[in-house]
Amino acid sequence: MDKRLERILPRVQKPARYTGGEYNQIIKDKAKVELRVAFCFPDTYEIGMSNLGMSILYHTMNSLDYVWCERVFAPWGDMYEEMKKADIPLYALESGDSTAEFDALAFSIGYEMAYTTVLDMLDMSGLPLRTADRPSLLPVVMAGGTAAVNAEPMAPFIDLFLVGEGEELDNEVLVLLRIAKRENWTKHEFLTRAAQIGGVYVPSLYDISYHEDGTVAAIMPKEGAPARVTKRIVENLDASPFPTKPIVPSTEVVHDRVSLELFRGCVRGCRFCQAGYVYRPIRSKKPETLVRQGIETLKNTGYQDVTLLSLSTSDYRPLPGLCDGLLEYCEPRSIGLSLPSLRADNFSMELMEKLQKVRKSGLTFAVEGGSQRLRDAINKNVTEEDLLNTCRIAFEGGWNSVKLYYMLGLPTETDDDVRGIAEMANQVLHCWRMYAKNKNRGVKITISTSCFIPKPHSPFQWEPQVSVEEYLRRVNLLRSSITAKNVTYNWHDAETSLIEAVLSRGDRRVADAIELVWRRGGRLDAWSDYFSVERWMQAFADAGVDPDFYALRERNVDEVLPWDMIDVGVRKAHLVKEREKCYRSELSPDCRHQCAACGAARLLKEIRCDE
Amino acid sequence: MSDKLRLRFSKTGRAVYISHLDLMQTMQRSFSRAGYALKYSEGFNPHPLISIALPLSVGAASLCELMDFRLREEVALSELPARLTAALPEGIEVLDAYEAERKCAEIKWLQIKGRFEYDERDPGQMAEQLSEFFARDNIVITKKTKRGMGESDIRPAIRKIEFDAADKAVTLKALISAQEPTLNPELLAESLRQLYSGIAPDFAKFTRIETYDKDMNLFR
Repeated sequence: MDKRLERILPRVQKPARYTGGEYNQIIKDKAKVELRVAFCFPDTYEIGMSNLGMSILYHTMNSLDYVWCERVFAPWGDMYEEMKKADIPLYALESGDSTAEFDALAFSIGYEMAYTTVLDMLDMSGLPLRTADRPSLLPVVMAGGTAAVNAEPMAPFIDLFLVGEGEELDNEVLVLLRIAKRENWTKHEFLTRAAQIGGVYVPSLYDISYHEDGTVAAIMPKEGAPARVTKRIVENLDASPFPTKPIVPSTEVVHDRVSLELFRGCVRGCRFCQAGYVYRPIRSKKPETLVRQGIETLKNTGYQDVTLLSLSTSDYRPLPGLCDGLLEYCEPRSIGLSLPSLRADNFSMELMEKLQKVRKSGLTFAVEGGSQRLRDAINKNVTEEDLLNTCRIAFEGGWNSVKLYYMLGLPTETDDDVRGIAEMANQVLHCWRMYAKNKNRGVKITISTSCFIPKPHSPFQWEPQVSVEEYLRRVNLLRSSITAKNVTYNWHDAETSLIEAVLSRGDRRVADAIELVWRRGGRLDAWSDYFSVERWMQAFADAGVDPDFYALRERNVDEVLPWDMIDVGVRKAHLVKEREKCYRSELSPDCRHQCAACGAARLLKEIRCDE
Repeated sequence: MSDKLRLRFSKTGRAVYISHLDLMQTMQRSFSRAGYALKYSEGFNPHPLISIALPLSVGAASLCELMDFRLREEVALSELPARLTAALPEGIEVLDAYEAERKCAEIKWLQIKGRFEYDERDPGQMAEQLSEFFARDNIVITKKTKRGMGESDIRPAIRKIEFDAADKAVTLKALISAQEPTLNPELLAESLRQLYSGIAPDFAKFTRIETYDKDMNLFR
């Protein structure tokens, strides 16, 4: 180990996150590989090591014998200061080698607030931030993750974006990079060729022009780059690589357990939900595959918990059978099974009883809207009756803690809708009084609200966000409507949401502001310890970026949107139609009731959607 | 076979940064990875019956850690070290597994080695002055206790200490009190910082070598 590091580590909090050496890490002989990839997660070790996507892609990239992919995370503030003081560059955990020596830096960007950390990690690697200032081929700086569905705010910094699922795409790019490195291509040559790979978006191959009012006039691809980059997907999840020997952290991380992904996509079509649109079409794993992979992973990791991942667990058709299969293995070994993302409408007593055998935790419902009218408008198909029925079953079954999640500022929301949230909490309380088995333990009902952020590629992508003042007015209205003392109310701060709204629907001109924030010390902005709204607002002002233009402005449906070069499968016409239905408070049936022909199915060649 | 079993293991290299609590978790998982079922406590919140004798500070290495555990069924103890080591992260090696005969409370003395690094100063001079310093009758330092800051004489907890000059460093060998009182070796360097900063090292690190009972018999 680096002598300098040895002196620093005893002084920082949780040093084990900076050392590597964990069980199941992949070590290769660096003299024998052709490409070294630094897989960079622009957040802390605890967050990054909890990310299933990162775990999958770490293993798929390492499945190429000529590639050694290693992990890199952003150091927490104390470690960051120490590294700067000792002049230690960013390094990869497996080898301890500086990321500057690598052939590629691959960022996984899952959320906008990670943008400044991406810049920081480039800088800590000793690299210029902007792709234009990095003339040589190596290292290539690439990025994928959900943020790639609107890559524009990060466009000047990243050489190429990988849009969609990376299991096949990442390795296709690495195959090309291997050739490029062997044959000494220029960076330009590599990027123009990479742009021919489906799912690769090379921002420097697109010129953007603007109207006088600041809106995008045209997106002009050049040098053969496709007019639209279509998101990549994996068709057969059963055959797709899944790491049953994931790295087991030697220190506590956020999700310290086996994660099994049931399916990708969502049949529901909640109109506010970006994930529900950008992860389509629906593809499931077979329960047999999941049970096998689950057991294998438990054996290889020694974990004591399994969790099922998907956007809506209840919509996994073979759920009961899957639970049976897993419980058969888990129960005798005291291994816990948890099912997040259950819907309030079909949460069955039977299922709950099964889980109860192992461990009982609180219930969380994402109700989203305070009235039936509003829930219809956003297509969140949950009724008060469903919710209360589920609560009744839960209270009868001995649960005594319920969390209700809502968004404030949804399109068409009125004050009555806001007051409706408090009313619903009262109903839940009433339900507990009626049906709780053991009232001595009391009940805890928690309402949480966040400020709605309109997201690209969702039906609300044209919608204005409510202002910070308006959000806080609604927060106060809700606060004053809550009277019961068993009901606690937490609200997410509005300022972070405003910044996220700007970054989420920003164009390339927002990049200057992101860079300014970083230059003024911004990093790890997803953490309230480090986030400074003043720093962001000042940077917007100094970079000439008007946050209201991006966050609060309603877009015309004919407007060219900054992310229009990205095709996630769902057609714009479908989004327009869904938005119109919102204004009529009209529900759309879920995909299983009636296919809405959203367009995502055309991404499939071998199977049918939700088969 | 009695069901009170004991492991002796080393913790070196990158593993020295795994904290005591994380190590317990890591050990628990390694048993399950190696295919051994640990015995759990009864009760509302069952936990595996494992305990590590002398918690080791983050950053310190050891060649003589002891961990007591119980298994649900009888196993061949001779196979256990290799199987567990293969299931552990880099830097943790199980050296031995056996039935525990004595209680860990009987551990009294710890043999340690240490390295005091001096980037600019002469190790020869330092070694000499260090020997003089630790020959004092009392070494009273201020340290954090359960009731805030308090004074404590660490000298009685040092049975023997020797220094040798090395390249840009002084190595030390010492026999210190492991329990009642527990002397964290880090306090050897800390005492210098407080009482004689002129010979305080730029960096200090320690390795536990061996455990002894009050009569200086090897403790296993």
